[in-house]
Amino acid sequence: MTLSVDEVRHIAKLARLELADGELTATQAKLNGIFGLIEEMQAVDTEGVEPMSHPQELAQRLRDDAVTESDRRRAYQAIAPQTEAGLYLVPKVIE
Amino acid sequence: MTASSLKDIAAALRARTVSAVELATDSLARIEAGNPQLNAFITLDRDGALAAARAADARIAAGDNGPLVGIPLAHKDVFCTEGVLTTCGSKMLSNFVSPYDAHVVTLLKQAGTVMVGKANMDEFAMGSSNENSHFGPSRNPWNPDCVPGGSSGGSAAAVAAGMVPIATGTDTGGSVRQPAAFCGITGIKPTYGTVSRYGMVAYASSLDQGGAFARSAEDCALLLSAMMGHDPRDSTSLARAAEDCSRDLSKPLAGLRIGLPREFFAEGMEGDVRAAVDAALDEYRRLGASTVEISLPNARLAIPAYYVIAPAEASSNLSRFDGVRYGHRAADYTDLMDMYRRSRAEGFGAEVQRRILVGTYVLSHGYYDAYYIKAQKLRRLIANDFAAAFRQCDVIAGPTTPSVAYGLGEKTSDPVQMYLGDIYTVAVNLAGLPGLSHPAGFGKGGLPVGLQLIGDYFSEARLLGAAHQFQQATDWHRRTPPI
Repeated sequence: MTLSVDEVRHIAKLARLELADGELTATQAKLNGIFGLIEEMQAVDTEGVEPMSHPQELAQRLRDDAVTESDRRRAYQAIAPQTEAGLYLVPKVIE
Repeated sequence: MTASSLKDIAAALRARTVSAVELATDSLARIEAGNPQLNAFITLDRDGALAAARAADARIAAGDNGPLVGIPLAHKDVFCTEGVLTTCGSKMLSNFVSPYDAHVVTLLKQAGTVMVGKANMDEFAMGSSNENSHFGPSRNPWNPDCVPGGSSGGSAAAVAAGMVPIATGTDTGGSVRQPAAFCGITGIKPTYGTVSRYGMVAYASSLDQGGAFARSAEDCALLLSAMMGHDPRDSTSLARAAEDCSRDLSKPLAGLRIGLPREFFAEGMEGDVRAAVDAALDEYRRLGASTVEISLPNARLAIPAYYVIAPAEASSNLSRFDGVRYGHRAADYTDLMDMYRRSRAEGFGAEVQRRILVGTYVLSHGYYDAYYIKAQKLRRLIANDFAAAFRQCDVIAGPTTPSVAYGLGEKTSDPVQMYLGDIYTVAVNLAGLPGLSHPAGFGKGGLPVGLQLIGDYFSEARLLGAAHQFQQATDWHRRTPPI
């Protein structure tokens, strides 16, 4: 498998990463090298093998539906790039 | 004193021949002297360290006998520390001061340790050489032209150079064991789920596990015992009783069956590493252990499987860095999408971006089964191999790395070459098993060689006990680097 430049551009868009046109071919070459390594997997017969998602395959624990966290909005927003009146500010998304 | 054993330091503190404040001052002075060359620390916390040291001295005066009270330590900069910068080696978090402590940080504060600073690391723990740090690479105290290993390279370099006696690290694919091997110290990654991931910046959540560095297995046992334990804030933290990882230290090696995987003692391991590992195994046999050849037939698939699963989980975990709630935000952008894309492109380094791209691709529509599910099936086969092996032996031994530490810049141009160095360590993370690396001699250029011990689930005490017995008969772990 090899990725085309257009595919690299598409993945970067999905990943929300700006890739300058000048970086595209270098990134493409490195990604294709990595996929060359990954492709070794395809040679193995895994018919009937159950996928293992986690070392300890436990069900997620449930806790009581009760308030356990205190209000630390001020501390959390103190480290945000931009806030106003207790809200996170982002560029306008709705006209 | 920072190069002494924890037992000796604790005795000196109790005898009042040294105070915790003096230890912290000594540690800070060593860091200030050595850090311009080694770059092992990203942040120093002088005021916090001295305050913690004064509190430790008060505890000791009041008769507190805790083994870690007053001991200087470094945290890998992946652990959140309230009020102290947590960068994760990234420009993305270069201004991030966490509003809370990681669970491990809380536990070690309660144990009385004195954090002197935050150790350098590969950005977001992605790397095997520490060269992916936004703050420049840390260097190997045995030879500053060589890498200290990664991703917890700063932690390992700091312990090896005697800046601190103990340090924390994390190990997703070998990031504790490999730098321990390269820097000639002892490092252990415990069973997945035994050390809380709360407040540990996430890379690949089904593989990430906190671990411990020290010169000796005995000291690792003290540190790891204080780090383990159930934490309801980590959904994969196991509900197990507290562990005393020191309980098997005096257990003799007689009767221990050591499995030697045929696949590890094959092409790929360099001659100098082979010689040191063979000599260490002779020592284990001399001390009463027996060795048996075993097979891990799917071990060679661990690297491809890892480099699908880890990037997939990373692409999901790192989607939280959006320039909105914390971390870097680009100065110029046209709209919300542009802000995301520029903030992330500016904030993440090249390797982190590559892994996000690989992960995004393997999780994308139409490729999920061919890559992610396929890798999870291989993960099952790899875990099954270990389960079968542990029917024939108590622990598995082999090299930690195929070579000794390599030169800075030697492998940076080709990520695949860098990835292949993880051949002996990643399978352990995929299976979720505990693994340890201890010094086993020296190879090319007088650089340290590590021996890896792998155990069955929850066998940390057994691994540390075996390594301790080896260290009672050898002095590789007491050798100190020129820097």
